[in-house]
Amino acid sequence: MDKQRVHTNPQHYSWLTEQLSPPSPLGAGLGRAFWVGGLICVLGQAIADAGVHWLDMNARAASSLTSITLVFLTALLTGVGVFDKLGKYAGAGSFVPITGFANAMVSPALEFRREGLVLGLGAKLFSIAGPVLVYGIGASVLVGMIYALFFH
Amino acid sequence: MPLKRTGLQTIELPLRPAVCASAAFVGKKEGEGPLGALFDHVAQDELYGQDTFELAEKRLYLDAIRKAILKGGLKPENVQFLLGGDLLNQIITASFSARELGIPFIGLYGACSTMAESLCLGGMLLDGEHASTVVCAASSHFCTAERQYRYPLEFGAQRPPTAQWTVTGAGAAVLSLAPSVPPQAHVVRVCMGRVVDLGVTDANNMGAAMAPAAADTLLALMADTHTRPADYDLIVTGDLGQVGRDLLLQLMREQRMPLEERLHRDCGLMIYDRERQDAHAGGSGCGCSASVLCASLLPALQRGELRRIIFMATGALMSVTSSQQGETIPGIAHAVVLESPKP
Repeated sequence: MDKQRVHTNPQHYSWLTEQLSPPSPLGAGLGRAFWVGGLICVLGQAIADAGVHWLDMNARAASSLTSITLVFLTALLTGVGVFDKLGKYAGAGSFVPITGFANAMVSPALEFRREGLVLGLGAKLFSIAGPVLVYGIGASVLVGMIYALFFH
Repeated sequence: MPLKRTGLQTIELPLRPAVCASAAFVGKKEGEGPLGALFDHVAQDELYGQDTFELAEKRLYLDAIRKAILKGGLKPENVQFLLGGDLLNQIITASFSARELGIPFIGLYGACSTMAESLCLGGMLLDGEHASTVVCAASSHFCTAERQYRYPLEFGAQRPPTAQWTVTGAGAAVLSLAPSVPPQAHVVRVCMGRVVDLGVTDANNMGAAMAPAAADTLLALMADTHTRPADYDLIVTGDLGQVGRDLLLQLMREQRMPLEERLHRDCGLMIYDRERQDAHAGGSGCGCSASVLCASLLPALQRGELRRIIFMATGALMSVTSSQQGETIPGIAHAVVLESPKP
């Protein structure tokens, strides 16, 4: 049997695929990420300022209040099925703030609840956020060691 | 003894098994698409009255099979084989449905090519006179496929423009040698495809991964039967989507067997209005070609609006594991030549 009936090679086909596949709209994507991400950050700043001015908090406590509030809001919006639409619209704009982390934890919890509390929710809870935590914490340990050895 | 074969890959079915009835059950988004009015039933939510998405897909599958058998004037005990599959691990939709139907079951996995694969094998079983009535079925469900292959539903990820949207739907067709109702179409020959891989690794561009397999099978069928695309009213692919369709047409031009745009349709492009329904490159999944075939193509053949078509569903044969290990995506395509019962 003629093994190669479609007479072409992977290099040519790869080139062809690139030509015929529409690219992600970079400019529009950047614009949407910028304004949504910026707005989330403004909201965060507003919460922090409110903590300092009205609730008599120090800067550290106000920053914790900001994280907790944003995580709560994202979890709520994920639960009611709104955050995935925001993520689809804004991409990294909705993800780089702490909101992305909250969504990455809550969405598998919702999704895999039906497979049980232990093997479903428990096992899959970190399936998206896990790699970020592993390498985030790993990197901070490494940087901390370098700092302690050479700069202290 | 003469074999019922033509050329290298094509199998002749001289007994011309009839597709005597078919049914398609789909989800809400598909019901809102251009073919919405043609489906037997549109489920109004993703759970379809069940506790899990997997059970919802199984109910779509079972309902489509039962409806097709009923429309064929038959009962499940009259059917000698159920051939079918779906996209889930260990094809649980098909086998769990078979558990309830009590029909001898041949489980198939051809990824999104499953409907064509089951029609090929069902046609051969009938033409070999190993059965007089069989049911062929395939299904997919957006929510079950998403959680198996990609991300949780509520995770806010972006999809590239080349990505396709898994169709929620099931299609079932009853094939018979002696139909008791007026047949919808006849299966006259089939062409079983080879696994073809031109090195695509992007799981978000499955149309590109499958287009070479579609070209390979189509070229085989043309060579084996000494026909050209213009000898058919339509050549319908399963779920190549916009990117895969463009690539198939380009590949066919390069192979000097041009497939004219007006002769080609893709079920993935027929089932959604891509602009209005946010389906990116088009629909995909076993249920895509199965439901479009059963709701749109077979009735058009029955009415005589189409006389002779090639139904060719394509599948991307990767898994989550193979993709994570960096393997390329092999594609497959099986073709079925269907003719109208009208002279």
